[in-house]
Amino acid sequence: MLKIEGLHTYYGYIHALKGIDIEVGNGEIVSLIGSNGAGKTTTLGSIAGLVPSSQGRITFEGKDITNVPPHKLVQMGISLSPEGREVFPALTVEENLRLGAYTKKDKDRTDASFERVYDLFPRLKERVAQLAGTLSGGEQQMLAIGRALMCEPKLLLLDEPSLGLAPTLVAQIFALIEDINRQGTTILLIEQNANMALSVASRAYVLETGSIAMSGPAKELAVDPRVKEAYLGAH
Amino acid sequence: MVVFIQQFINGLAIGMAYSLIAVGFSLVFGILRLVNFAHGAVYAFGAQFALVIFVGMQISIALAILLAMVAAGLLGVIIDKTALEPLRKKKSMPIANLITTIGISHILVNLMTIYFGSQTRGFPALFSFGMIEVAGVRVDSNQLMLCLVALILMGVLTIVVQKSKIGLAIRATEQNTKAASLMGINVNFVISFVFFLAGASAAIAGGLIASHYRIVFPAMGFDAGLKAFSAAVLGGIGSLPGSIIGGLIVGVSESMAANFLGSAYRDSVAFVILILVLIIRPTGLFGKKAIMKV
Repeated sequence: MLKIEGLHTYYGYIHALKGIDIEVGNGEIVSLIGSNGAGKTTTLGSIAGLVPSSQGRITFEGKDITNVPPHKLVQMGISLSPEGREVFPALTVEENLRLGAYTKKDKDRTDASFERVYDLFPRLKERVAQLAGTLSGGEQQMLAIGRALMCEPKLLLLDEPSLGLAPTLVAQIFALIEDINRQGTTILLIEQNANMALSVASRAYVLETGSIAMSGPAKELAVDPRVKEAYLGAH
Repeated sequence: MVVFIQQFINGLAIGMAYSLIAVGFSLVFGILRLVNFAHGAVYAFGAQFALVIFVGMQISIALAILLAMVAAGLLGVIIDKTALEPLRKKKSMPIANLITTIGISHILVNLMTIYFGSQTRGFPALFSFGMIEVAGVRVDSNQLMLCLVALILMGVLTIVVQKSKIGLAIRATEQNTKAASLMGINVNFVISFVFFLAGASAAIAGGLIASHYRIVFPAMGFDAGLKAFSAAVLGGIGSLPGSIIGGLIVGVSESMAANFLGSAYRDSVAFVILILVLIIRPTGLFGKKAIMKV
């Protein structure tokens, strides 16, 4: 479904991505793990059209989407829940979600998306009229994911959904990610919480200073001694 | 007392028109964090364009002003597309954008001088169905309609921004441009739309004020633009109700100053009030606390 080939990205003079190759198949959950500064967010930013790529190719369902602006990618079915949530603080929960469905013309399908998101996150339904800026961190995360789902994406990109959340909430968010995947959405997930990321994913990539260091089935990576030592903590 | 009320009403009428210019400053600032100093020139263009096609095409002045709204709206879009969008793409410093708008303002005024002439020209009255007089206080039809038209337009603008889909996109883009683009919003289109709204409301303000004073001239936008800018800052730039209240305060205070202090004070009193408000409340009357761009 998504294929990244030899992608290079620069931030000013910093060579952030040094020719990475990633593939995500239809219906998969793929995790991208790595430490701070490895280039995970840059990778998602490049896919979503936020960060210009200087070399390489990104294709989605066979179409070249390298350097296509974000608003066009949403129409093609790629949706990003960004790092740090980036909800619209002075808009209500309902307005935030409505913006997620901005590209949809059909009112019935928008209503169906609202239903689906409220089913997944009943908490949001209780707070429809509340300003997003007044939600707790966990609720804002739910809102960010819910908002990204409103356009019924084929591919959902999740950037650090567990960041700054209490452990019980982390487990809850990951359970929801699996639910969303079961409903048919392909997911590319980046996480510092490698344990969780590997437990839900079918395959994973390990990113180190802008290059793919390892890749393979998530179950195998989870028991790989190098991965264990570097990302999972000593067991 | 009658004089006071009379001046108050005169001030309200002209203040409503200032609000319409102020709202353009506010809208553009909200979305780009940029004070568009070319806005006064767009206002002047609106008024003069209306006059030119009124004379040239022999249409009613109301229709001429409507066409001028479209033309001034497009002028706003062209300014953004040709001068400001390239700067944004290069991520240039905010001060460069600001100075660019000042430059554009002068270019526009000079172009208007070339094509419309530098002389002050007469402008027809938009409405003339006499005068209402209550207990010695007189309101002429132009003043009344000026208030009415400005109020209706402000109402329409408020509904567009608060209730419509494009309005939601405008508010989202104001708060977080990056996240807005991730929603599928074409941010550049939203910016163009905002410039169009700003230009169109400036043109109608131009038409209303010109038909109130019965004159137009190329540089008419400098003073009016600065006063409307003060009105926008006074009310809290980025806030629609702020623009209305700010415009009314500027309008009423200048009308009072002209009458009670002498006409020499008319143009300066707006700025004195602006300075006072900013000392006491830097974000303006309706301003939000944190106006920094995320």
